[in-house]
Amino acid sequence: MANIQEKIAKLFPEATFEEGENLMVCIPDSKWHALAKTLKEDAELHFDFLVTIVGMDWTDKLGCIYYLQSTVDNKMISVKVTTEDRENPMIHSVHDVWAIATTFEREVYDFFGIIFVNNPDMRRMFLSIDWKGYPLRKDYDDNPELNPVPKENERQEDTTVSYVETEDGKIEKKVLNVFEPNDFVVNIGPQHPATHGVLRFRTAVDGETIKKIDFYSGYIHRGIEKICEGLTYPQTLHFMDRMDYFSSHHYHHAMCMVYEKALGIEISRRAQVIRVLMDELARIASHCLFMGTFCMDLGATTMLFYTLRVREQILDIMEKTCGARMTFNYGCIGGVMQDLHEDFVKDVKELLAVLPKNIKEYNELFIGNVIAKGRLENVGTLTREDAISYAVTGPSGRASGWACDVRKTNPYSIYGELDFEEVVYTEGDSMARTKLRLAEMEQSARIIEQLIDNIPEGEYCVKVPKVVKLPEGRWFQMVEGCRGAFGVYVESTGGTSPLRLKLVPPCLPLANVVDHLTRGNKIADLITIGGSLDYIVPDIDR
Amino acid sequence: MYEITFSTITTWVDAFLNQYMPSWLATTIECLVIGVGLLVVYALLALFYIYFERKVCAAFQCRLGPNRVGPMGLLQSFADMFKMLIKEIITLKHIDRFLFALAPYLVITASMLTFACLPWGNGLQIIDFNIGIFFLIAVSSIGVLGILLAGWSSNNKFTLIGALRSGAQMVSYELSIGLSVLTMVAFAGTMSFTELVAKQEDLWFIFQGHIPALIAFLIYIVAGTAETNRGPFDLPEAESELTAGYHTEYSGLHFGFFYLAEYLNLFVVSGVATLLFFGGWMPLHIPGWEAFNDVMNYIPSFVWFIGKAIAISFIIIWFKWTFPRLRIDQLLKLEWKYLLPINLVNLVLMVLIIVFNLHF
Repeated sequence: MANIQEKIAKLFPEATFEEGENLMVCIPDSKWHALAKTLKEDAELHFDFLVTIVGMDWTDKLGCIYYLQSTVDNKMISVKVTTEDRENPMIHSVHDVWAIATTFEREVYDFFGIIFVNNPDMRRMFLSIDWKGYPLRKDYDDNPELNPVPKENERQEDTTVSYVETEDGKIEKKVLNVFEPNDFVVNIGPQHPATHGVLRFRTAVDGETIKKIDFYSGYIHRGIEKICEGLTYPQTLHFMDRMDYFSSHHYHHAMCMVYEKALGIEISRRAQVIRVLMDELARIASHCLFMGTFCMDLGATTMLFYTLRVREQILDIMEKTCGARMTFNYGCIGGVMQDLHEDFVKDVKELLAVLPKNIKEYNELFIGNVIAKGRLENVGTLTREDAISYAVTGPSGRASGWACDVRKTNPYSIYGELDFEEVVYTEGDSMARTKLRLAEMEQSARIIEQLIDNIPEGEYCVKVPKVVKLPEGRWFQMVEGCRGAFGVYVESTGGTSPLRLKLVPPCLPLANVVDHLTRGNKIADLITIGGSLDYIVPDIDR
Repeated sequence: MYEITFSTITTWVDAFLNQYMPSWLATTIECLVIGVGLLVVYALLALFYIYFERKVCAAFQCRLGPNRVGPMGLLQSFADMFKMLIKEIITLKHIDRFLFALAPYLVITASMLTFACLPWGNGLQIIDFNIGIFFLIAVSSIGVLGILLAGWSSNNKFTLIGALRSGAQMVSYELSIGLSVLTMVAFAGTMSFTELVAKQEDLWFIFQGHIPALIAFLIYIVAGTAETNRGPFDLPEAESELTAGYHTEYSGLHFGFFYLAEYLNLFVVSGVATLLFFGGWMPLHIPGWEAFNDVMNYIPSFVWFIGKAIAISFIIIWFKWTFPRLRIDQLLKLEWKYLLPINLVNLVLMVLIIVFNLHF
């Protein structure tokens, strides 16, 4: 870290540094774009993965914290860019450095009103186009009369704005069209069987061929980040079930870890093993469901029932221990809510006994099918560079040859001592994404096999203070969810509730990359590509 | 037993009616009776097929299928039918009302006309004329018109895409159906249903015509599945892409017509396959096995026909619940690049076999 700091200080004398979990560079906005370019393109630094942009309101100033990761040595760095102008806050866009920044910046604009200069698409993202105010600002007026529940049809604009910096440094507002005037635009969604939730793709088609997709979300946005600012830390945990509802164990895990890290709590070995076991069981269940619904999207309905059979078994195991089949709410600060059910080991062993047979059957029934091959191979090919630039993590990123499994890159909990392989394919097409999930199910089973016979004795939850108060500071933690890297950023001022809680969902980049992958393909390929990326809408709309 | 033909009954009824009333009235009454009978059989068969498909698909999917209404769920289809009959027919704004209302009738008419051609048993058929199979192919093409109209007149982008897909698909696959039928007609030397069946008395065509007949059958079954818009060729109504395709905007009875026609077309396609390849209502006869042939003759002819048609339908249903759906370009490629050339070569092969008398 020290030589990175030296290097940046030499190139950018204006930069100041803050110590913390990882190095934080503070840079004035005028130098930010140049720094971003250096950070990405310099061979030694090589921070090519933009993890997230955290919008911040520190009352005296607005700003963004950019979390960056290098795909070479997996080190992390954060960059803080601030502005004191509350009326017209502006920061330079880095959308030309990292492709995903276009969308991340839109999200920050939506909630903080920070305008990103040169970003081609400065529309509202989750809120409706005529929303008044920026909800995550500390001075936001939440009077319902300002933003009443609309009684008319949804308002829709076919134009977007962009603030472009001219050569002499002036900033011009430009109005751009989303679609060409003569485009035949079909709404895929918000209520559509293939969007897997309330998500809308406005699709310009030429016959059966897709010209452009405008990805439109926010229908089920609940403002979890905003709500959490008014809740105590243990209360915020419950929202983790309600984002990616198949990765709820992973999301709980991430949140608990970030709080435990802040509080300095060491949890028992038993709790860690239980958490990892639950994570991997949930991963198998999630990938099973992916196989089923994906095949159903492609018209092979029968497959759904074969995969649900295994998932059902896992849900039964979970139900016995957690008391629920969907919103488990199992992790808590200090460990887990309840001890394992007495049948747990027996049930898991039964599952492990039938799993290989089932995976073999899925391979024979679907992967080997001629029609399936025709539909999946070379459809929606994502290159490694694009996967990184669009921040496509998880199974979809690994299918493109990017080894991005957080369990391997930044091992957390007890993953460092477990023996399993990170499955990486290089084809990057829909077939690779599908096969990779089947292979990951095998690896998860391998992890469970190693742990199931040696669950150590001990307490399942250590003692934590009744009132949880995080010390002043900021923490960030990533885990490998079922669909990609999930991150939690928490900033505290020392009270019982967070100053800012930012959730970094893997599904937003996944849905965002659909446009890039589908252009020039057929309508049916949109279903294939969307299905194989496997995004979950409540995870996009937090 | 198949020597007892249904024509004895029909002749008797005809004579009976003519005895008591003028011939024009007798003909009118006969036509009415046949029409009503046809409608009843049509509806019952469609209901059976809906039940049959649901049970078969349930078995593939480790489920039970309908089992609450009536014994083994047998009355489920009837309950569904009554539900559909009492549903409101929603009229939409901004549509071409006349064409919108016309489309389901075109589809069901085409389906019924083809249905009426089928020879159900020995003498149990409505019309028998020398271009029977030609007529059947001709009227079955009216259906695509109804589907195109339905998609176009709904004034909805999804239905339009569904209709365009359907148009491209059905027009293409009609070629394959026509050519494989032509292959068998060339082999039989006739287009009349009665003669087609009579020529299979000793051995079904699929055995008589061996290799080319088998190829023709395989192509026919693929093209027939595509022609009826069933999986894996159900692109016009691919629910994960186009919600319900061309009939998205229909409700109540109008939707019911599309639904009925879809299932009945399945029966018609299987029925024609039975007729051309598996002897129609003709029992299984093996030359030289007299005792076996006699036993087979005891099974009534209409049981043979329906049994064979359902067996072929089972295969088509099996396709649907196993395979994923094709993409539109793959679907057209399959037809124009593979099925059509194979079909043409097969026709030549068949002609050679006929000329050199290489068949059984």
